[in-house]
Amino acid sequence: MNSTTISIIVGMMLVTYIPRVLPGLLSDHYRLPKAVERWLQNIPYAALGALIFPGIIQGDTPIVGVVGGLTAVILSLMEWHLVLVMAASILAALFTSWFM
Amino acid sequence: MQDGRSNYHTGQPFKQFSKGVRTGLPVAIGYMPIATAFGALAIKANLSPQETVLMSACVFAGASQFMAITMMLQSADGIQIVIATLFINLRHLVMSMAVHHVVQSPNRLWRALLSFGITDETFALLTLQKTRTKTDSSPFFAAGLIGIAYSSWVAGTAFGSLGSRIIPLSISAAMTIGLYAMFIGLVMPHVRRSVRVACITGISMTLNTVLAPMMDSGWAIVISTILGASFGLLWKETAM
Repeated sequence: MNSTTISIIVGMMLVTYIPRVLPGLLSDHYRLPKAVERWLQNIPYAALGALIFPGIIQGDTPIVGVVGGLTAVILSLMEWHLVLVMAASILAALFTSWFM
Repeated sequence: MQDGRSNYHTGQPFKQFSKGVRTGLPVAIGYMPIATAFGALAIKANLSPQETVLMSACVFAGASQFMAITMMLQSADGIQIVIATLFINLRHLVMSMAVHHVVQSPNRLWRALLSFGITDETFALLTLQKTRTKTDSSPFFAAGLIGIAYSSWVAGTAFGSLGSRIIPLSISAAMTIGLYAMFIGLVMPHVRRSVRVACITGISMTLNTVLAPMMDSGWAIVISTILGASFGLLWKETAM
């Protein structure tokens, strides 16, 4: 196994476990300040936004990313199940790359 | 005896555990294809099957594992991946508080063990049950629920990482779009319901587009996430 990869995994494990375990070790009645709680709740949406764009159009053929992405946007707005959204988006991307 | 603590001493641990396993089954089934996709993608990012399974077994946090693989594909540094993981998973602080409020663990050791299994999905199942009986606040119930979800995540990862060798290259290239589709599928239902969420997501996309050409893509993601989440504080409404 590659030692860089192992240290990334161990680092990820630590920074994932610490936020999970802290509230359990503290007193039962401790609560974070409201503003901090709201900031924490905003994190997933901000992180996903940054992860999706512009990465999705930076592959070898940007149009494949555009088609796959738009498919996912439309189907998830229609509240399709996550697994079906992923499957349809992959199929749309495969279909598009077949024409490229 | 009204509180769940009494279960630990007088209850039926095995029954409570197996009810937890049954309750956790939908999450376990839902994790399977996502874990398989993760396993296949990690191989594409040049991880070995052993490293891939080790990551799932040690980290057990879907979004940040996918993010780590995406960042590896974009050749980010390890430290950037760890910092981004920290910020993505800080939300577990809040979820963990809610879980430990519901699950009546007898001591800190139990809480420390159960804490490892807190994900968006197990948190939702443990805290958002429509009707809660005494069994549902037992630590054995929580252990069963978390145990089946965790087993499915690790087994699915192993399946995907070994299976990727027989998946053709063109299909595995298209799998990359699958991970973006998962992110889109996770965030869009929230974007639709909340102007605040839509603005946070839009702002952080814009920031990342501006920042990405100026610095490493890993730092651009971290900075966009922090600024985007802070921007969301302009709204008084709370999330969920």
